[in-house]
Amino acid sequence: MEALVASAVGIMTAAGIFLILRRRTFPVILGLSLITYAVNVFLFATGRLALDAPAVLNKYEEVAYTDPLPQALVLTAIVISFGMTAVIVMIALSAYLSSKDDHIDMSAHDSVDATGEDA
Amino acid sequence: MTAQTGVSHLSLFLIAALPFLGAVFPALLIRAGRNAAASAAGLTTFLALMGLLIHIPSVMRGEVVTARFDWIPALGLNANFMLDGLGFLFALLILGIGLLIILYARFYLSREDPMGQFYTYLLLFQGAMVGIVLSDNILLLLIFWELTSLSSFLLIGYWKHLPEGRQGARMALAVTGSGGLAMIAGMLILGNIVGSFDLSTILQNKELIQASPYYLPALILILLGCFTKSAQFPFHFWLPHAMAAPTPVSAYLHSATMVKAGLFLMARMWPVLAGTDAWFYIVATTGLVTMLIGACIALFKDDLKALLAFSTVSHLGLVTMLLGFGTKIAAVAAIFHIINHATFKAALFMTAGIVDHETGTRDIKRLGGLRHLMPITFTIGTIAALSMAGLPPLNGFLSKEMMLEETVHTTWLHSHYLVPGLALLAALFSAAYSFRFVSHVFFGPQRADYPTHPHDPPVGLWLAPGFLVVLVVLIGLNSKVIVGPLVAVVSSAVIGGEKLPYYSLKLWHGFTPALYMSAVATLGGLFLLSQHRRGEQLWNAIPRPEAKTIFDAVIRTLTMFSRWITDTLHNGVISRYAIIMITFTVGLGYYAFATGVIGPETRAPLPVQIIPVIGWICLVGATLAIMWFHRNRLLSLVLIGVVGLIVSMAFNYLSAPDLALTQISVEVVTMILLLLSLNFLPTDTPWDSSAARRWRDAGISVVAGIGSGALIYALMLRDFAFPTISEFHLANSYKGGGGTNVVNVILVDFRGFDTFGEIIVLGIAALVIFALTEAVLNSNVRGYLLNRKPHWPQSGDSHPLMMVVVTRMMMPIALMVGAYIFFRGHNQPGGGFIAGLIVAIAYLMQYMASGYTWAIERQRFYYHGTIGWGVLIAAATGIGAWFNDRPFLTSDFGYIHWPPLEEFEWATAILFDTGVFLAVLGAVMLALDSLSRFAWQPGMAQEFPMDINPLRDTPPDEEQEKEQV
Repeated sequence: MEALVASAVGIMTAAGIFLILRRRTFPVILGLSLITYAVNVFLFATGRLALDAPAVLNKYEEVAYTDPLPQALVLTAIVISFGMTAVIVMIALSAYLSSKDDHIDMSAHDSVDATGEDA
Repeated sequence: MTAQTGVSHLSLFLIAALPFLGAVFPALLIRAGRNAAASAAGLTTFLALMGLLIHIPSVMRGEVVTARFDWIPALGLNANFMLDGLGFLFALLILGIGLLIILYARFYLSREDPMGQFYTYLLLFQGAMVGIVLSDNILLLLIFWELTSLSSFLLIGYWKHLPEGRQGARMALAVTGSGGLAMIAGMLILGNIVGSFDLSTILQNKELIQASPYYLPALILILLGCFTKSAQFPFHFWLPHAMAAPTPVSAYLHSATMVKAGLFLMARMWPVLAGTDAWFYIVATTGLVTMLIGACIALFKDDLKALLAFSTVSHLGLVTMLLGFGTKIAAVAAIFHIINHATFKAALFMTAGIVDHETGTRDIKRLGGLRHLMPITFTIGTIAALSMAGLPPLNGFLSKEMMLEETVHTTWLHSHYLVPGLALLAALFSAAYSFRFVSHVFFGPQRADYPTHPHDPPVGLWLAPGFLVVLVVLIGLNSKVIVGPLVAVVSSAVIGGEKLPYYSLKLWHGFTPALYMSAVATLGGLFLLSQHRRGEQLWNAIPRPEAKTIFDAVIRTLTMFSRWITDTLHNGVISRYAIIMITFTVGLGYYAFATGVIGPETRAPLPVQIIPVIGWICLVGATLAIMWFHRNRLLSLVLIGVVGLIVSMAFNYLSAPDLALTQISVEVVTMILLLLSLNFLPTDTPWDSSAARRWRDAGISVVAGIGSGALIYALMLRDFAFPTISEFHLANSYKGGGGTNVVNVILVDFRGFDTFGEIIVLGIAALVIFALTEAVLNSNVRGYLLNRKPHWPQSGDSHPLMMVVVTRMMMPIALMVGAYIFFRGHNQPGGGFIAGLIVAIAYLMQYMASGYTWAIERQRFYYHGTIGWGVLIAAATGIGAWFNDRPFLTSDFGYIHWPPLEEFEWATAILFDTGVFLAVLGAVMLALDSLSRFAWQPGMAQEFPMDINPLRDTPPDEEQEKEQV
């Protein structure tokens, strides 16, 4: 089981990084999403894996519980990563609509001449 | 040292805080008129001054009033204030002269100047200065120190339309700010030597500090701060350029207060830093050189304020030199001169301001003969200038005598004559420029070409300098009674509570060397004045470095250098940044792996079952397919949806139901978001990187992937190296937090503060998206969007009947599921985050089915408000704990039994979770709503929720056609 999770994390990380290194905005966004999955699963797995042991207290009998702390961290991370993805999508979209160009690298003519100091 | 009663504690805080609190009022009250703004500023200062004067009895008894408050004890940063003689004197100068300046400025500033702003800046500055002189903690002192740099920047640049003002402000900030940075380092070293950042502790450790090998670096760094602030050579050049400020600012900052902050600090640190050779040679020499150079330049300046500025530089040098001597009696003289200089120099600045105000020029060459036209100004200016020249019976004479007397007893590198000789020369120049101020402005023939016809100003303008000049005369005539006790108390505070040496503050000391030197200085000054024209020609003929040119060149070089660094490293090629970061991280990981050790496996792996294997195959297959098909963007989006789905199922399988619920609902909104954006982006990714590049990227990714996979694999097969805090959460979740779903209890209770921060971040992200949308829609992009043709052919029935009806029916059900998930969250999987997402999806379905325009017309509330309410409710819940004397966000719970219902539980955490719910709902909706606005095109709005409705006889298109017919 651990091998499956670990290999999934590795493959998602590798795919995410490969896409992040592309030169258009959309693959980079996809790559970030993939890396987000990988990181979330990674963080979750630091609590070690457990089957049928959710961290919901059982009042009637003694049972085993999984580690709740990484879950709490990952839960907020998932929501925050939605916010992050949304912001990046908006930035990419605005940049594309303004310049009709979805390259992530700044081309030479994009660099603005430094404004001089005021007189 | 005696701690005082509670009343005093309060008032020391209050004295420091009043100017800051009061700074709000002028800015607000300016709408009620300039008098209201000025009165508010004046009243604030007056109250602070009264608060200070309450302490006169205890300060005069030599006691130290303290007020302590532990702010960040872990850093040694305490908000400790103390009031001893030295602090009292400076606070008196700051608040007293501040009051006079506020009065003066009311009449000086013209109708066009934003006066509310002026008083606000002035009070901020005043508060920072009071903070410096009352601090008993050097870290606190540093904070106030930086605040004076910032607020004086605002004041110097007050006339924003003047380029000189802006440049002067920038120069002052650059010089004093960098000095301040040096001082921070020095103070930290000092604090480390002593082991405490409290001044009162530091001041008792002279031997420890002076024996430390770090004494010299600390000394030099602290002195750098003092010298830049007090405009000592070679940092003196910023002060004359700061004169571009309005005259009240010059009179306040650059004569009475800010430039004296450096002197204050040297006096404050005198007991522990002074007395060594290093101190003497650095401080006394700098002071002497500054005194001489300042006096010399001042004589040849034609601008009245420049003349006064350089004379201030010179006098600051004088005090620095006296402090540098390191003898007790010289310290007494330094204190006495600080008092005297503040009185006559502030009066002189205000006189210069009056002359400028009434004649329209400050150029000495265009003035002269004003004594009959402006008799009051003439009297005030002359008395103050003669005091500056050091003539009896004025107060300037007394302290100058004491200074000259001290120089006679000082040897510099075995030379008995060097210090007194140079000091005499400086005194001579000082007398000369003082005489020049009087004679070239007020004496001489009356002229016909003043820019405006001069006459004495209204009483409001001359009252403040007049009051100061009365002090000048009174202190001169009877110093022992008027300032004697004050000087004694302050001096004993400076020299560290030791016994004061014998000295007497009187006009006549008999025929001493100092008296002869004074006489020579005065006569020489008169002679220099008579030869001024020739001297000026000579002065102008000598080539000399222009400080501003050098400063500008240095700044220009630094700017070019940093621009070069930025342009080289930060060239806009984002993929390069990414590759550098990833390679570096991988390298770091490899280094850790190669140098670390790894323990034996302690956990048995879980057995592999068939369903996870199928899931794994789907996930890996989808991921690889994304790699393969990523140029087809729509397809890769579908594939990434598959990955997300498997990840949520994996969470569920691995005992994390909360995560599974969150992931799957986030998945839905993310997909909608990406699909919406794909509407506007190109549908395909072209091939634009070479094969070699792709292989290189693939190599890096594979290494990184293997690294992270191997790391988590190794981690999962080993137990924790240290005991975790999770056990605590499991054990206390029910007892302390009142909930059985530990994950939710952690979110809303144990780590509630984190969650609070996170909903704020989410809200900010949504607002950023909204702002971006606004910006883009207000640019010329809007025209493109309005005429945009979609990528794919649109469906003829874009709001199908079936979908509208089904989503309409599902809406209440979805909302109820949301409520259910929300309420059970504390005890069962669920909670505010998930409920917020589910309700957001319920709304989104309406958007998708009936169209954005149709939905938006039925919307009754703004999503910004929802976010705001969410954050506010969460904050209010947290603050509620304060009223029960608990820390922020402590939750409480209990049980209620309302027959015939079952007994149920309540917890304040549910209120907090409501805040989370609202913030998440608002953020998701605002983000998607903003994106949808891009798609709006004219003609999309329609009054019907669906295109084809059997209840209507005719489709809308035909109806419209009919109307047109």
